[in-house]
Amino acid sequence: MNKMLDWVDSRFPLMSLWNEHLAKYYAPKNFNFWYYFGSLALLVLILQIVTGIFLTMNYKPDAELAFGSVEYIMRDVNYGWLIRYMHAVGASFFFVVVYLHMFRGLMYGSYRKPRELVWLIGMFIYVCLMAEAFLGYLLPWGQMSYWGAQVIISLFGAIPYVGEDLALWIRGDYVIADATLNRFFAFHVILVPLILLVLVVLHIIALHEVGSNNPDGVEIKKNKDPKTGIPVDGIPFHPYYSVKDIVGVTVFLMLFAGVIFYAPEFGGYFIEANNFFPADPLKTPEHIAPLWYFTPFYAILRAIPDKLMGVMAMGAAIVILFALPWLDRSPVKSIRYKGWIYKFALTLFVISFFGLCYLGMVGPTPVKTLLAQIFSFIYFAFFLLMPWYSTIDKTKPVPERVTD
Amino acid sequence: MTDNVVEDNSRRRFLVAATSVVGAIGAGFVAVPFLTSFSPSAKAQAAGAPVEVDISKIEEGQRLTVEWRGKPIWIVKRSEQALQELSSLNGKLRDPNSEVISQQPDYAKNAERSIKPEYLVLIGICTHLGCSPSYVEADNPIGSTIDPDWKGGFFCPCHGSKFDLAGRVYQSVPAPTNLVVPPYTYLSDTRILIGATA
Repeated sequence: MNKMLDWVDSRFPLMSLWNEHLAKYYAPKNFNFWYYFGSLALLVLILQIVTGIFLTMNYKPDAELAFGSVEYIMRDVNYGWLIRYMHAVGASFFFVVVYLHMFRGLMYGSYRKPRELVWLIGMFIYVCLMAEAFLGYLLPWGQMSYWGAQVIISLFGAIPYVGEDLALWIRGDYVIADATLNRFFAFHVILVPLILLVLVVLHIIALHEVGSNNPDGVEIKKNKDPKTGIPVDGIPFHPYYSVKDIVGVTVFLMLFAGVIFYAPEFGGYFIEANNFFPADPLKTPEHIAPLWYFTPFYAILRAIPDKLMGVMAMGAAIVILFALPWLDRSPVKSIRYKGWIYKFALTLFVISFFGLCYLGMVGPTPVKTLLAQIFSFIYFAFFLLMPWYSTIDKTKPVPERVTD
Repeated sequence: MTDNVVEDNSRRRFLVAATSVVGAIGAGFVAVPFLTSFSPSAKAQAAGAPVEVDISKIEEGQRLTVEWRGKPIWIVKRSEQALQELSSLNGKLRDPNSEVISQQPDYAKNAERSIKPEYLVLIGICTHLGCSPSYVEADNPIGSTIDPDWKGGFFCPCHGSKFDLAGRVYQSVPAPTNLVVPPYTYLSDTRILIGATA
């Protein structure tokens, strides 16, 4: 065994990769519950790729056949229902995990110097994930697939001068049609997953270059053992955190399996009822809304009674997240040492995010539109006012070492 | 020997730049067929043939939906009363006189936005984000929730845009323009051809 390892190692840096990223990657010893979601996101990505590959074996990317082939997978393919539910439920769980992962970053200031690139690459992963979810949602060719894609592609039509031509170019036809379905399939199964995988590798390389942040926001590399050069507050990722993460994986898989077996549609939140009707280009469903993970942005779009401005606000809601590392001017990273202003702002932000998430699901009424406008304002204020309120916020002193 | 070599970085820089430019131009040319392959194919372009519709069976107030270029086309027979009420709405509308020329052919740029006043022909796609609005008649109880003084028209369930019975957009809704009137022409009193101008 050792001889074989030596043989490989003199031709490929296997042991040094293993050490650099696992056995001798020193992570802060004070990780808590919120640090499960990075590895869980990786787990869901792998699950989505595996189930996705198996789905392509029976799915037909053809406007005439697509809807029927999904029903065929659900009814006739052995365990096809399980594979498809894993994939569909997996998409929603992916966003649950990623939103919690991002919220962790927001709480503990994981985007702050020197981790700006970790955050930026992570944001690109998030955008790719949204693209992947949107592209995949067209494939079952149900009513929601069709009209959801119609609305989102029409967003490009709002761009002055080139918009309509751009939308036509994306669709490949005058309406959402077979050409659109076929190219979305190609993007969904090849292009975006490839980019996602590359970005995930970059995310981890960048993270391991600067080292993980922790709930105290203390830089453990500032305090190294003079003899070994190992951070005194660091422990090797493997076996300490690899074992810890197995606990997270177990709990996650229990919840995941529970939903897959007992509530795969999750009351319409994971698979919408209207998507059990085949796509009909002549009839929009009475109520159309994207899946829950897009509704906060959809609510922002709807809150503004102007086509171009609405589209721009929706785009800005995502773009502004990229700027976060430069908006936060607080002298401390973690919420543990920030003052009441940040805690209050973050609470308002979370309420607004959930509020927008809900408002994007339900139909528009004057009161709800007003609420959506208020929540949208808070959403943007959280970021745009951050350079100001993060400087006047009264912070607590940060300890030298991580706390227990 | 190395002492005699005179470093000439300017020539090297020129060669690097020239090679990069030629390479970039080549890559640009190669990209064209790939990008163009995304545009509607010859088959998709040919599928936009005009559609002939028999309108003799439409009752007053009724809407008929047909398909042209994959899009829903509505034909609504409007009552005399509905036609008279159109002008009373002008104050609530964004473009009551159909000033935006892209939204209708010249022959439909009139008060009723149609060739024959009673028959309204529209592309049933919201000008906001492409949903197909619902037809809400004047006597439909839902109408009063859309507008307290609802005179019949179209309501987009996606984002709440409102249009009157000539497809004209109300103010302060997300849709920026009136619904599009497609090119059409009367073949006889009861038959129209959608997708072609006389």
